[in-house]
Amino acid sequence: MIRIDAIQKQFGDLVVLRDVNLKIEKGEVVALIGPSGSGKSTLLRCLNVLVPPDAGRIEIGNTRMVFGESRLQLKPKELAEFRRHTGMVFQHFNLFPHMTVLQNVMEGPVTAKKMNKQEAQELAMAQLEKVGMSIKANDYPSSLSGGQKQRIAIARALAMEPQVILFDEATSALDPELVGEVLSVMKELAAEGMTMIVVTHEMSFAREVANRVVFMRDGVVVEDGPAKQVIDHPKDERTKAFLSHFHANEH
Amino acid sequence: MYQWNFSWLWDNYDFLFSGLMVTILLSAAVVVAGLILGTVNALGTISRHKFFRIISISMIEVSRCTPVLVALIWIYYALPILIGVEISALTASFIALTLYGASFYAEIIRGGIQGVDPGQYEAGEAIGLMHGDILRRIILPQAIRKMLPSLVNQSVINLKNTSLVSVLAIPDLLYQGKLIALETFRPLEVYTVVALFYFALLFPLTMLVRHLESRNSVKH
Repeated sequence: MIRIDAIQKQFGDLVVLRDVNLKIEKGEVVALIGPSGSGKSTLLRCLNVLVPPDAGRIEIGNTRMVFGESRLQLKPKELAEFRRHTGMVFQHFNLFPHMTVLQNVMEGPVTAKKMNKQEAQELAMAQLEKVGMSIKANDYPSSLSGGQKQRIAIARALAMEPQVILFDEATSALDPELVGEVLSVMKELAAEGMTMIVVTHEMSFAREVANRVVFMRDGVVVEDGPAKQVIDHPKDERTKAFLSHFHANEH
Repeated sequence: MYQWNFSWLWDNYDFLFSGLMVTILLSAAVVVAGLILGTVNALGTISRHKFFRIISISMIEVSRCTPVLVALIWIYYALPILIGVEISALTASFIALTLYGASFYAEIIRGGIQGVDPGQYEAGEAIGLMHGDILRRIILPQAIRKMLPSLVNQSVINLKNTSLVSVLAIPDLLYQGKLIALETFRPLEVYTVVALFYFALLFPLTMLVRHLESRNSVKH
C-alpha cells in the first residue's frame, strides 16, 4: 500500500537519506528505530512531504509523487491533497492553542476537506471518544497534561481518516508516567488494523506492538524484519551495537 | 507670580475642537491605512518570492530611516516636481504618516508572525491545509494576540506624529492652538490646554496597552 522508492534527501552538504526503499502493507505497524541523525525522522517527514525529498518516489494508496524530476510537480495544492492521506503525530503535540480540543480535531475536516460542520463535529467527537478525551472537548489545550494533549493530537490525525498515521517520537516529550496512556491508544489503533509508521525509542513498544522493525543508520535501511526477530536476534553488527544500549538498560 | 488666564477658552473652544476633530480623523485614517499597508508589507518580507521581499523591505526601510517631518515636507514640496501633479497638504500628510506608521507596524507584525512556533505551521500542513489557510486560521490568530500591545503602542506614536502636519498648515489641534496663541497672547495657557487634549486622547490607549500586556502575561 505504501511504497518508498529510492528516496534521497540532503540538507546543504549533509546527506540525511541516501537511498531508502521500503514497502509497507495495509495494516502493518512499522517501528523505525536507529541512532539520532540516522534519518528516521526525516524519512517520516518525507512521507507526508513536510520535507520534500530531493529524489525518489512515494506512493500511498492510489496517489503517487515523484520527486527530483521537475519542480512543477510540487504544486502546493497537490502537496496539501497528498498530505490529507497521511496523519502525523508530532513529538511536541503541536495542538493549536487558540482553539478548543474539539476545534483542533475539526480543523482538518472542515477547512482542508470542506466537510460541513455538523458532520465534522460528529466525526471529531467520535475520534475524541476513541482516545478517551471526549469529556475535554470544550477545554483549551493549555489546561491539559502532555499525555492528554498527545491523545488529542492522535484524534486530530484520525479525523482526517488517513490511510496511514506517522508517529514522530510521539512519547519522547512526555513525563514517564504519561507515556503509558499514549502507548495504549497506539496499541488499540494497531489492533484495529490502522497502518502505522512509528519512529520510537520505546523498544518494548516496538517489540510488542510493531509487526516489523526497520533499523536505519546514516541514511540507509540497515536491517528490516519481523519486530521480535530484529530486536531479539539482530543480524547486522550495527543493529546489535545500537540495541545493546537498550538491553543494557532493561536488565 | 504668573497670572493664569483661561477666559480666551470660552471664545475659542469650538475652534480648538475642530482642530481636535482633524487630529482624531487624520489619526484614525493613518492607523487604519497603516495597519493594512503594514500587514501587506509584513507578509511581503516573509514571502517566498524575492520580488515581494525586495519591494516590501525597501518600502519599510526608506520610511523607517527617514524623519517623518522630512517625509512630510518632501512629499508636499518635492514629489509634485517629480510627478508633475499637485498634492494637497492633507493628502501629503496622509501619505507620509501612513508610510511611516506602516513601516513600524510591518516590523511588529512580521515579528509576531515569526514568533509563532514553527511546529504550528507544520501541524497545519500535516492536516492538509494550504498556506493561506494556515496563516489565516492558525498563525495570525496567535500572532495578533502577542503583537496587539505593540500595535496599540505604535498607534499612540502615530497619533502624536500627526501634530507635525501643522508645518503644512493643516488645521489640526496643534495648528489651531498656535493660531489662538498668536491671537490671544496666551501661549502658556493655550499650549497647556493643547497638551491636556493630547493627553486625554492618548492616556486611555496607553492604559489599554498595560491591560493587554497583563492579560498576555497571565495567559502564557
